[in-house]
Formats: sequence, structure tokens, C-alpha cells
Amino acid sequence: MKSRFNSLVIQTPEGVQFVHQLASPVARFIAVTVDTFAIGSLMSILSISVSLLGLISADLAMAFNVLLYFVVSIGYYILLEMVWRGQTLGKRMMKLRVIDANGLKLKPSQFVLRNLLRFVDSLPVLYFLGGFCALVSPRSQRLGDLAAGTVVVRLPELQPPVLSEVLGSVYNSFRDHPRLEALLRQRISPDQSGLALHALHRRDEMEPIARARLFKQLVAAFCQQVQFPDEVTAAMSDEQYIRNCVDTIYRLAK
Amino acid sequence: MILDVEKFIRTRRSDWNEFEAMVSMLESNARAKLDIQEAQRFHYLYERVAADLTKLGAYAVEPRTKTYLESLVARGFGEMHGNAVRRLPFGKALIGLLSAFPRAVRRHVRMLVLVCTIFACGGIFGAAALALDPSSKSILMPFSHLLGDPSDRVAEEESSLGDKMKGGKTRFSSELMTHNTQVAIFTLALGMTFGIGTSILLFYNGAMIGAVIMDYTLAGESVFLTGWLLPHGSVEIPAILLAGQGGLILGSALLFAKNRMSLGERLRSIRNDLVLIIAGVAVMLVWAGVIESFFSQYHEPVLPYSVKIAFGSAQLIGVFGYFMFMGRSELEATR
Repeated sequence: MKSRFNSLVIQTPEGVQFVHQLASPVARFIAVTVDTFAIGSLMSILSISVSLLGLISADLAMAFNVLLYFVVSIGYYILLEMVWRGQTLGKRMMKLRVIDANGLKLKPSQFVLRNLLRFVDSLPVLYFLGGFCALVSPRSQRLGDLAAGTVVVRLPELQPPVLSEVLGSVYNSFRDHPRLEALLRQRISPDQSGLALHALHRRDEMEPIARARLFKQLVAAFCQQVQFPDEVTAAMSDEQYIRNCVDTIYRLAK
Repeated sequence: MILDVEKFIRTRRSDWNEFEAMVSMLESNARAKLDIQEAQRFHYLYERVAADLTKLGAYAVEPRTKTYLESLVARGFGEMHGNAVRRLPFGKALIGLLSAFPRAVRRHVRMLVLVCTIFACGGIFGAAALALDPSSKSILMPFSHLLGDPSDRVAEEESSLGDKMKGGKTRFSSELMTHNTQVAIFTLALGMTFGIGTSILLFYNGAMIGAVIMDYTLAGESVFLTGWLLPHGSVEIPAILLAGQGGLILGSALLFAKNRMSLGERLRSIRNDLVLIIAGVAVMLVWAGVIESFFSQYHEPVLPYSVKIAFGSAQLIGVFGYFMFMGRSELEATR
């Protein structure tokens, strides 16, 4: 297993790699703020129910209130993370999840330990110590995560790229050359294809000169991989060239 | 080789769906078990999906498929290599905790000796400081009910014949439980400061108790003190010491290499013991809270000191015996 900035790369014994995107300390802080409000709201509701006990015994009602606050403030995180497989209300909203740092199944002891160590992570105020540790840690771990062997990751967006928005309705003349298209799909790296797709998605956000320069550079890089005939590319703009390439690469995918 | 992505996805899709269904079933039900054929099938499918991911990784395929396969392999990897969680009925789990807790404590007996030493040093320091400089009382014992003359307090306590805790015992008990459990968790968690924070907390608590003992002994009120502290202290003080043991176990795992283990491996090796210790400590502190509120706060003539001291002594022997002998027979049976 190795880690790189903002991501956790796990290599299985079979030699397969998969990547988890680590959650930023800011996203985690927002999640914990939501959870704090959730605990407060839950306590307000439960306090009303407990206050009914006061009709029987005021002493008993106060005792229940003290115990309830303690149990809810600690148990909220442990219980929800166990039931929702590493998520609390705040983490669900922020699309975050606690996972084992080695990609293994989380054990109850890990949930318990990482949440008990919140006592130290929240020192001196507002998770300052935990936040600082997460900032300097290569795997964005607060002290509780370090002790429990856990990390918090962002859940991947499983939305497919909307190709129709970027490809337009112009006929892709590269389709007349299936052998070259196959060669392009084989030679182009996932990073390059992803870059081209992102460039098309975000083209309207760019300054005209920067946009023209970027697509020119992309065309130069793609031309090095596969050279389509001049009669096909002669009257074609750089942007259309990249649009055709992206259509060629992605259109077969289901 | 040119990969026909469309054909590839079409032919492999059924295996992915089957594997996803098995993973989802295992994830949703912690008690789910696979028979030998199902386990073999699960392993086969995992290897196929992992191989598909590796194959797709080399091509510029649609990102959704790759992300989907990565997520599937990650989930399958967790299920394949993670330990199955056994869910026990509450009664059985409690009995299991009762025997596993002292075993965990005994496994790290050196840390317990160190904790007791730090606590004792604090106690000696506190006692000596109070004996040499009585004006330090307010610093050593920052509790208003302890700042006065011990003899005055004893006289006051012994003159109140009614139930002075009436109508407040349950609340007082719950406050004690939650406060002491918070202190215990904090003592353990401060182990992350390489054990320094835990040691400071133990020394400070030791100094406080040492000062109280010296104060009451110098005033000739040692019988009252024993009757007051022993019933709940015989459980509460060992509980705090055990929380300190947890903290120092954590601190030493951070600081010292052991058998060429990495930091992650060292922390993993102590994780279960830490959770067992803090769970056991919490149970002890619940009991101590009940005793302190419903028993310790009553003095002569309501409750004779001899009864309180006898109860406290018996409880202390029980605690000592529990940690010395409980769970030993099960350990020998497994050998």
C-alpha cells in the first residue's frame, strides 16, 4: 500500500490497485458541525420525553438527563458509524465515509477507539488538535484515526460523463477510419482521455486565447499517438478534433 | 492488443452483477455465512473482477466503468480479508467481557506497574507537600468541601442524622458515573501524547489523593477517611489506574518499536485490548458511582465505620482477586 497527496492507493495481494480520495479537513469539519447540531437536536427531543419522568421523580428525571447526554454524545458516532458502515449524518451529507487504512473490513474496536479519541482531537477547542494532525498527516488522519487505523474518504461520484453535452451534433468523420479509431483507443492513456474530456466540459469557462492554446496543445499530443489522414483533418478546428477523439474513445462504453 | 470495450463490458457484466450481489449481501448482514461452494465462487468472482479492473486500467475507457470496478474490488477486498464480526447476545457479550477484561489487563502488567508507580509518586509528593506546606492545600485539593478543617467536617457529617442525600442520590450517582468515565476516557486518550499527558494526569490524581490522606491523617480522622473513601475508592481508583494503563500502552506503542513491527501493526496489535480495558473501566465506574452516592456519603451514627471499612476491604480483595484469577482457566483450556 502506498499513499500520495490527497489520495490513498491500495494494492491488493493480487496486484490490483484501487484509489480512494481522502476527505479534506474542511469537509470533515463541516460534517462534524452537522453531527454536533444533530446531537443537540436529538438531545432536545429526548429531554422532553425524559422530563415526563419528572412527574414520577425529579431526581430520576435529572439523573436520566445527565446519563442520556453522555451516552448520546459518545454513542451517536459509534452507533451510526457501525450501522451505516462508516457514516454519520454529517458524513452522509458531505459524502464521506470512514474506511480501514488498509482497505479491510472495519472492526467494532476501530469505531470505538476512533470516537473515544475525539476527547483529545477536540482539544483545545473546535477540533484544533485533530484538524492540525489531519493537515500534516499524509493520509489526513486525526489522532483517533491514527490509533484506530482508519481514514476518511470521499465517496466516488458514480455519475457517467454527459457526452452529448460536449460532443455536439456534428458527424464524427473519424468513424470512417475504424482501424485508426481502434489504434487511438489503444494508445491513448486514461489520463490523456480524461484531460480531453474535462477540457471539453469546461471550455466555456476559459478565456478565448487560453482555450485556443489548450486545444492546440491537446491536438498536438493526440496527433503524436495517431495520425488521421490530412483530408479528414484539414478543415477541422482543434476543438472539433478533440471532440471527435473523445467521441471515438468513449462512445463504445456502456 | 486492441480491446473491444463494448464487447468486453457486455461479456463481463454478468460476473460483475453476480459479484456485486454477493458483496451487498455480505455487507448488509454481518451474520451472513457462505458455504464452501459459495466461498469458492466468491473468491473466483473477486479474482475475475480484479483482473478486469487491471485490464481496463491500461485503456482509455469510459471512467464510470473503471470507478465502478474499483469500488467493487475495494468492497470485495474488505469482505475477503476482513474478520467476520460475531454478534453475541448481550448476556453472553457481558460474560465474555468479564473474563476478557482481566486477561487484557494481565497481558500488559508491566504498564500497570508503571502506572501504579507514577500514581504512588504523585501520592507521596502530594502528602509531603501538604505536610511541609499546609498553605498549598487549595492548590493540591481544588474542592471546596475539602478545604476546611477535617475535624470540623467530620463533626458536621456525624451530627446530621437525617438522609442528607434525599431526593438527589440518583442524580448525584449519574453525575459521578459520567464525570469519572469522562476522566477515564481522557486519561486513556491522552496516551496519544506519547503517554506524557496520561502520566501527568495520573501524577496529579495521585498528588490529590495523597494530600487528602495526609490532611485527614494529621487531623486524626483516618478512620472517617477510610470509611468514606474505601467503599467506592476500592473500585474507582483501580479503574482510573487501568485507564492510565490503557494510555501508557498506547503511548508505548507510538514510541517503541517491537519485533520489527511497523507503527500501524503495533497500534493494531493493542487495539482490542484498549477497547476491552476502557469498556471494563466504564462498568467499574458505573458501580463506583452507585456505591459513592448510595453508601459512601453516609457516616456514623447512620452507618458504622466498621461496616463501611469491612465492605470496602472485601470489595478491594474482590477486585484484586478478579484481576489476578478471572479468565485464567479459559486461557489454560485454549493452550
